[in-house]
Amino acid sequence: MNFSSDFFAVFAISPSWDVDIDDLGVRYRKLQQEFHPDRYATKSDAEKRLAVQAASFINQAFDTLKSPLKRAQYLLALKGVESDQETHITSDTVFLMRQIELRETLSEISAKEDSCSNIEALRADVESTYYELQAEFKHQYESDLFDDAFNAVAKMQFFTKLLVEIGQLEAELEDA
Amino acid sequence: MALLQISEPGQSPQPHQRRQAVGIDLGTTNSLVASVRSGMAETLPDEQGRHLLPSVVHYASQGATCVGNEAAEHNISDPLNTILSVKRLLGRGLEDVKMLGNQLPYDFQTDRGGMPKIATACGLVSPIQVSAEILRKLVSRAEASLDGALDGAVITVPAYFDEAQRQATKDAATLAGVKVLRLLNEPTAAAIAYGLDNEKEGVIAVYDLGGGTFDVSILRLSRGVFEVLATGGDSALGGDDFDHVIAEWLRQQVGMSESLNPTEQRILLETAKAAKEELTDSESVDIEILDWSGVLSRDVMDTLIEDLLNKTIRACRRSLRDAEIAVDKIDTVVLVGGSTRTRRVRDKVTEFFGVEPLTNLDPDRVVALGAALQAEVLIGNKSGDEMLLLDVIPLTLGIETMGGLIEKIIHRNTTIPVAKAQEFTTFKDGQTAMAVHILQGERELVDDCRSLARFELRGIPPMVAGAAKIRVTYQVDADGLLSVTARELTSNVESRIEVKPSYGLDEDEITQMLQDSFSHARDDMQARALREQQVDADRMIQDLLAALKEDGDKLLDTEEIQCLQVAVKELQKIRAETTEHRVLARQVETVGKTSETFAARRMDASIKSALAGHSLDEIEQG
Repeated sequence: MNFSSDFFAVFAISPSWDVDIDDLGVRYRKLQQEFHPDRYATKSDAEKRLAVQAASFINQAFDTLKSPLKRAQYLLALKGVESDQETHITSDTVFLMRQIELRETLSEISAKEDSCSNIEALRADVESTYYELQAEFKHQYESDLFDDAFNAVAKMQFFTKLLVEIGQLEAELEDA
Repeated sequence: MALLQISEPGQSPQPHQRRQAVGIDLGTTNSLVASVRSGMAETLPDEQGRHLLPSVVHYASQGATCVGNEAAEHNISDPLNTILSVKRLLGRGLEDVKMLGNQLPYDFQTDRGGMPKIATACGLVSPIQVSAEILRKLVSRAEASLDGALDGAVITVPAYFDEAQRQATKDAATLAGVKVLRLLNEPTAAAIAYGLDNEKEGVIAVYDLGGGTFDVSILRLSRGVFEVLATGGDSALGGDDFDHVIAEWLRQQVGMSESLNPTEQRILLETAKAAKEELTDSESVDIEILDWSGVLSRDVMDTLIEDLLNKTIRACRRSLRDAEIAVDKIDTVVLVGGSTRTRRVRDKVTEFFGVEPLTNLDPDRVVALGAALQAEVLIGNKSGDEMLLLDVIPLTLGIETMGGLIEKIIHRNTTIPVAKAQEFTTFKDGQTAMAVHILQGERELVDDCRSLARFELRGIPPMVAGAAKIRVTYQVDADGLLSVTARELTSNVESRIEVKPSYGLDEDEITQMLQDSFSHARDDMQARALREQQVDADRMIQDLLAALKEDGDKLLDTEEIQCLQVAVKELQKIRAETTEHRVLARQVETVGKTSETFAARRMDASIKSALAGHSLDEIEQG
C-alpha cells in the first residue's frame, strides 16, 4: 500500500499550523473505524497485514499532528527543512542564559523540602514561554521565514523536554 | 451425496452463517468463558451450574490431569502437583520466578531455553502447558454449551502484560487449539461491558485488582469508540498479596517458624484468604489454626494491606498523568476483579477518584462479558460499526545502544498498531552483520529492563564504515505483539524477524507439544484443521467475488480480472473435493497472494474516498 500522501491529506485537511484538535480527533476516529485491523479480523492474511499498516500510518499521522512540536517539525520537513535534531547549536545567548536559569530552578526545587508551590510556578512560567514560542513559530512559518522557524522549533524542543522533566519531578513529589 | 452448490458470481454461496465466538478471561485465581446469545453477553456455567473455573491444574501420578474445582481439592493434600496461580509464571524467566520467593511452593527446573518448568508427577510442565489445560477445559465447556465447535476466541490479558507474557498467552492458546481473534486488555474488556450496557460517554477509569495482577486504564468513550488514553499497573500485585501479608501476620501470631513446609504454607494461605473474604461483610473474624485461636479485625487487616493499596493508587496517579487527564475529569469509575470486594479497596478508590464506582456487574465476570462482546464483533456476527477499540502499548520498547543504555523506540501509551523506523549505519569497514537487542521497560539501563529478543542482521554488503544504511522497522500489531524488519537501503537486502520472546517457546517446542497433546486425537485435529481451512476458503471466495463485482472493472485490467477468476475457480474446485487441509491451505495462500495487489488498490481507493467528499458536518454527525 502506497502511503505517499502527507499526514494532513490523510485527514483531508490542508497543511497549516492551525489544527482544530477536536475536529482532528473526530476525523481520526472515523478513519480508524474503517481501517483498524479489528475490522479485518476474519479477512485474509494479506488484508490483515495491510490493515495493520494502514492503521499504523493513521496513528502516526494523528500522533504527529496533535503535538505542537511534532507538527511544527513536520511542517518544516514538508518544506525540506530537517529540524528533528537532538542537539542544536544556538548562538542566541539570551536563550542560552534562560535555559541555564530554568535548569537551575528545576534542580533547586528537587533539592528542597516543601516544593509543591515552587514547581507549580515553574510549570506556569515554562508553559507560557512554550505558548509564546508556538505563536512565534506560526508567524515565521506563515511568513516563509523558515530559518527563523527552525530556531523556534529548536527552542520548543528544549521546552518540551523541560516540561517532561517537570512532570517526572511532580510525579516523584506526589509519590513521596 | 450432497449436491455441489454453485452460486452466481458475486453472490455468496451461503447467506449468513452464524459463527461461534467466545470471550475467555484466563485469570490468576479463576477463569471464565462467556458468549453472546440473543444480543446479551453471559458467562457459561459447567454441568453443575458453576461459572467460575478455579485456575488450578492437578497432575496425578498415572498421567491423569484434572482442572478446576476437582483439581483444587488436592490443594492441601498434594501441593507440589497442584498448580495454582500459574498466570504469575506465564512468560517469566527463572529469575523472575525466584523473585516471587517461596510464595509458590513448586519444584522449579529450567530447560535449555531458560524457561522455568515445574516438576510434577506427570513430568516437567511449563506454565504455558498448564495454562493450555485451563483453556482446553473452558473451550470444551463452551462447545458443550453452544453445541458446536468454536470459530474463535478473544482472550483477555492484564493491560500491563509485557510482550513475553502476551506471547506466552497466545502460545498457550495455540497449544489448546484455540484460534485467537484478539488478545484484549482486561480493563478495556470491562469498559466495553459497562460502556455498552450503560451507553456511557466521557472519561472512564478502570481499576482492576485481580488475584495476581493490578491494572488501571484511563479511557475515553465517544460514539462507540473506546480510546485508551493510558494504562499502568503492576503485573505482580494482587489479592494473593493480601493473603500473603495476612498469612505472615498469622504465622507470627501463631508463633510458627519462618521455614514452613508446603502443607503448612497452604493452610496459612487458605485461612488468610477465607478470613479476608469474611471481613467483606463482618467487622472481625475468629480464626483457629492448629491449637491456636484468635481474632482478626477489619481494622487490623486494613493496616496490613495499606502499603499494597498505596502502590495501586500511585499507579492510578501515574496513568492520569500519562493520559493528561485531571482526576476531577473522570466521569465513571469501574471496579474489576474479585479483590475489589474488599471494603478498604472500594473506600480507597472512591476517595482517590472522588466518584462512587460502578459495581452493578459482577467484578469476577465483567471482563469475560466484555471479551464476549468484542469476540462477537470481530467474528462478524454483529455489524461492528458501532464499536471500536483503540488500545495502547503498556511498556516502552527500546533497543540497546553503546554502554548498556537503552534508546527508546516506541513509548508507553502509544496507540497501537504502530510502526517506527530507525536508521543505522556500520561502524567498521567491510562490516557485514550487526546485532540488535530489543528490550521493554521504563528504565534507562539494559539490566533494569526485560530482554525481549536478540537477533543479528546478516548479509549487509561490505562497504566502508558509515556507508551502509540499515533501516530497522518495528511493527507492533493490535495484540501488542512485535515484529521487526530490517532493510539495507543501498542494496535493498531485506530480512524479517518475528520476535520470539526470550521466555517463549520456539516453534519446534510448540510443534512437539502439539503433537504430544493431540496424538490421541489426531483425526479430530485433522477434521478441525480442515474445517477451519474450509471456512477460510469460503470466506475468501465470497469476499473476492463480491470485490470483483464491485471494483474489478475500476481497479483491474482484463488480464488481471481473468487471472483472479481462474484462481477463484480453482479454489472452489479444491474446496469441494479435498479432505486434506494442507492442500486447501496451499490454494488459499496462492489465491491470497494473487489478490494482494487488488486488495492493496481497494484499500488505497477507500482511504482516499473515506474522507474526500464528506463535508465536515457529515463527519461530525457520523
